[in-house]
This record gives sequence, C-alpha cells and structure tokens, in this order.
Amino acid sequence: MKASVIVFPGSNCDRDIKVALEKFQIQTTMVWHQESTLPKVDLVVLPGGFSYGDYLRCGSMASKSKIMKEVIKHANDGGYLIGICNGFQILTETQLLPGVLLRNKNLKFICRYVDLLVKNNKSAFTKKYKSNEVIKIPIAHNEGNYYGDKKLLDELNSNDQIVFQYSDSKGNINDESNPNGAALNIAGIVNKKGNVLGMMPHPERCIESLLGGTDGSGVFQSILQ
Amino acid sequence: MKFEVFVTLKNEVLDPQGKAVENALKNIGFDQIHSVRQGKYFTLDIDEKDESKAKASIEKSCEKLLANLTIENFKVKKIG
Repeated sequence: MKASVIVFPGSNCDRDIKVALEKFQIQTTMVWHQESTLPKVDLVVLPGGFSYGDYLRCGSMASKSKIMKEVIKHANDGGYLIGICNGFQILTETQLLPGVLLRNKNLKFICRYVDLLVKNNKSAFTKKYKSNEVIKIPIAHNEGNYYGDKKLLDELNSNDQIVFQYSDSKGNINDESNPNGAALNIAGIVNKKGNVLGMMPHPERCIESLLGGTDGSGVFQSILQ
Repeated sequence: MKFEVFVTLKNEVLDPQGKAVENALKNIGFDQIHSVRQGKYFTLDIDEKDESKAKASIEKSCEKLLANLTIENFKVKKIG
C-alpha cells in the first residue's frame, strides 16, 4: 500500500504520521502543498499541526491550497483520505466532511490521553477494533469542539458515520467524558461513502508501547486489511 | 471600490470567546454589559467599476472563504 502525506506550512505531525505509516509497511511520500499533482496512492493523510498559523479559521487557508484540488479528486474517486486533528479541520473546511470544529468549550488547549469508544467498527479505518471497544489515544488541540445542527447530527447517527466518541474508561458517553464540548462527544467521523475519516485524536502518537500505548495501531491495521 | 465585511457567529452557535470577554468586562466593572459575541471585520478593495458586480463578487468571496456558512453569517457594505 502507498500513501502520501500533505505538508502545509505549519504542519507539525507530518513526520510522525510518516513514521507510523512506515511502521505498518505503508510506503509513504511527502507532498508539499504547492504541488499540483499527487502521486498515485491508495491513501492520503492530512496531518496535524497549525497550517497557515490557524489564520482566519483553523484549516481554512489549507483547504484552498493548490494540492487540495487533487486531494478532493482522490477522495471523490474513492481513495482513502484521513485528516488528523488540523487535518480534520481542513476536511470540514473543504466540505469533504460535514460540520465544523469550534474552539474548545473551556477555551483551553487540551493535551492528554482520552478514552474513546469505537462506535462504528465496520468502517475501513476501524474494522480491526472490536465493537464498542474502549481505546486510549492522545488529543492535542484548541479547536476540537465538533459542531453540527440537529439535522446533521441525526444524519451522522442514522448513517453510522460517527466512528469515535469521547467516553469514560467503561465506554459511557456523557458530559464528564467530553473534553472539549463536542456535539454527541464526537471525536471522529467518516463521510457517507466511508472512504474519508476525520478525527481529532492522534493515532500516530499511539503506536509504540515505549511511548505510552499502541491503541492507535488499529487505524493503520484496518486500512491494510 | 472599497467594502467592509462583518463575519459573525450564528445565534445558535456557542461563543466561548465572547463569554470570556464578557466575564473580563464584568471583572473591570462593566456589570451592565451582557450577551457579548465576538466576530471578524475585513476591509477589501476591489478593481470593479460596477457596484452590484463588485458586491456580488465580495459576497461570493465570503461564501467561499471569509465565512464558514455552517456557523457564521456575513454582512457586506460599500464604504468607498
């Protein structure tokens, strides 16, 4: 399997995701945002970071950069696309994923491990996890408060597009287990077609037990399956 | 031709920054101020003689980039 990681000015998880992908034998190339062609790959990753210094709105400038036309085409042709953290924000700004990520409710940058319920383990990105499995993956963001109107949230629910939800260690979804105020405790969603994933937690930071945990591995193992 | 653009959060969207500003105002004695909402303000020059065409173009730029219509509204006004 082959992947491309898009690098924007201000991306800072681009090399981490490359290390993670290569750990799972996914051949990875880095693609600068000003490129106008994308190598032929199965997977594109929009990494975490602060693209364009979060100017205007997080991800808004990056969503209009040159390479994004190709990334959108890749997704529309059915290719896998993952946006992690700032990458998720970019995906909502391109409207490849619905909704928007607002400022955390408590106005604080939150950087810690959180428990996540794998709400949908049928997706291309989560099938290695068990149904309703609770995993631990770190988050590190200031704008992770997922927002959508009621109609959108109902739609996400009925289409099974919510893949990860912030929970407690037993899998309970409630306000206490919601770090940032996200609607329905949403931490990650897929598009209707199921080939685009956006998630605020960082699975690439969670693939080595030496560094605190391996629960992020399932995302990469799922894509390989 | 010069325009100004106001981008504001829709009423139903929570504005924690506005809330924090409101609390800070209270801390320095502005007890009577409430319902603070924070937004963005832009000024733009456009090379276009026809006012309605210019306005339409600015509005398009709001829809495409300056505002995120999922959470924000915008207002465009000619100022010069």
